[in-house]
Amino acid sequence: MSEIHIVDASGLSCPQPVLLTRRALRESTDGAIAILVDNATSRDNVRRLAEREGCQVTVEELPEGGYRLVLSR
Amino acid sequence: MSRFNRLFISRWGPIIAGIAVGVLAPVLVHLGNPGNMGICVACFTRDMSGALGLHRAAVVQYMRPEIIGFVFGALIASLAYKEFQPRTGSAPLLRFFLGMFSIIGALVFLGCPWRAYLRLSGGDWNAIPGIVGLVIGVVIGVVFLKRGYSLGRTHPAPAAVGWIMPALMGLFLLLLLFAPQLGRTPEGDPTGPIFFSVTGPGSMAAPIAIALGVGLLIGFLAQRSRFCTVGAIRDVILMRDSHLLNGVVALVIAAALTNLALGLFRPGFADQPVAHTNALWNAGGMVLSGLAFTLAGGCPGRQVFMSGEGDADASIFVIGMLVGAGVAHTFNLASSPAGPAPYGPVAVVIGLAFCVIIGLTMREPVTA
Repeated sequence: MSEIHIVDASGLSCPQPVLLTRRALRESTDGAIAILVDNATSRDNVRRLAEREGCQVTVEELPEGGYRLVLSR
Repeated sequence: MSRFNRLFISRWGPIIAGIAVGVLAPVLVHLGNPGNMGICVACFTRDMSGALGLHRAAVVQYMRPEIIGFVFGALIASLAYKEFQPRTGSAPLLRFFLGMFSIIGALVFLGCPWRAYLRLSGGDWNAIPGIVGLVIGVVIGVVFLKRGYSLGRTHPAPAAVGWIMPALMGLFLLLLLFAPQLGRTPEGDPTGPIFFSVTGPGSMAAPIAIALGVGLLIGFLAQRSRFCTVGAIRDVILMRDSHLLNGVVALVIAAALTNLALGLFRPGFADQPVAHTNALWNAGGMVLSGLAFTLAGGCPGRQVFMSGEGDADASIFVIGMLVGAGVAHTFNLASSPAGPAPYGPVAVVIGLAFCVIIGLTMREPVTA
C-alpha cells in the first residue's frame, strides 16, 4: 500500500498552492499526493494543474471547511 | 454546480471577463471617463484618495463608482456561491506597503496593468514599455517565488473582519451621492472633502449609475473567473499556463475592436490622453508595480475583488494603495503628461529595494 504524501497549502497566497503541488508531484515517484487547501480558487487551480500533469483528481470537501484533493497517477 | 458557474471555472471564465472589460471600458470612456481610462484600478484609487482629501491634486479628485462596484460585485458573487470567507493574518503590514509601492510605481507609468492593456488597445504605444516593465517585474517576483518566498498563511477570521471593506465602500458610495462638504476654509466656509475635480481627469466621468453598474458586473465576473492581469503573465512564466493570459488577450482584442468602433483608437506616442512618452520610467514604474503585485499574489483588480470576498489581507493592500496615492501626489512622485515627477524615479528605486528585501527574506516553511 503506497503512502499518501500530504501537502498543506491552506491559507497560502496564489500561486503557492500550485507551486507546492508541482513540487510534490516532481518529488514523489509513487503513491498518491493529498493537497489541503482552504478556498475554492486554490482548489480549482490545483485541480487544473493536476489534470494538466495527467493525474486523476478526487476532491473532498472537508467538514471543517476547505478541500482535500487526492492526486494519483 | 450550475451551468453558468461551470463556465466561469472553465477556460472560458477569464475570456468572458476579459471581453466584458474590453467592451465596457471603452464604452465608459465614450460616456465620459478619461481617455484610455475606462477602467484603471490605480488611477481610480488615486481619484478616490483625492476625493477624500488624502492628497490635494485638484485635477484628480473623484469618488469612482467603478471601484465601489467591483467590491460589491465580488461580494455578491462570493456570497451567492458560498465563497465569502473572512480571513486575515498573512503579513498585513507588509501587504500595506506592497500596496503603497505598487501604486507609486503605477502612477509613474500613469496606469495599472488594466490601463496598460487598455492604453495599448487605444493605440497608445507608450504602453509598450510599460508592459515590458510589467513583465520584468513579474519575472523578478517569480524568481523569489521559486526560491520559497511566501508572506505566510492567512487564517479564518470573525465576520466583522470580512465586512469592513464592503462597509467602507458603502460609506464611499454615500459620500459620492450626498457629496458632503466636511472641510472648512480658514474663514470657516465649507469646502471638501469630499472633493470633486472641476478640471482634468477627475472631472471626466461616466454617469454614476452606469459606472457603478459596470463595476458590479465586472466585479461579479472577475470574482467567479479569478480574472487577474498579473497572474496572466506570472502563470505563463512559472508554468506555461495560459488560462489567465487568455483573459488578457481577450481584453486587448475586445477593447481594440470597441475603440475602433467608437472612434477612440488613436495610434501613436505623442499627445496620448493622460500619458507621457518617457519610455524608461514608463517601464521603470511598472517594474516596481509588477514586482509588488506578484509578491502580493495578484493584480490590483484581483486585490479589490478579493477584498469583496472577505479577504482582509487584500483589503489592507487596497488601503495601502489609497494611502500610497495620497503619498504619491503629496510628495511629488506621480507623473503627469509632461513626464515623471521630480521624485518619482527615486521613489521607484526605494520601492524596488523594499520589494527585493521582502522577496529575499519572507519565507514559509514547507510542511511535508
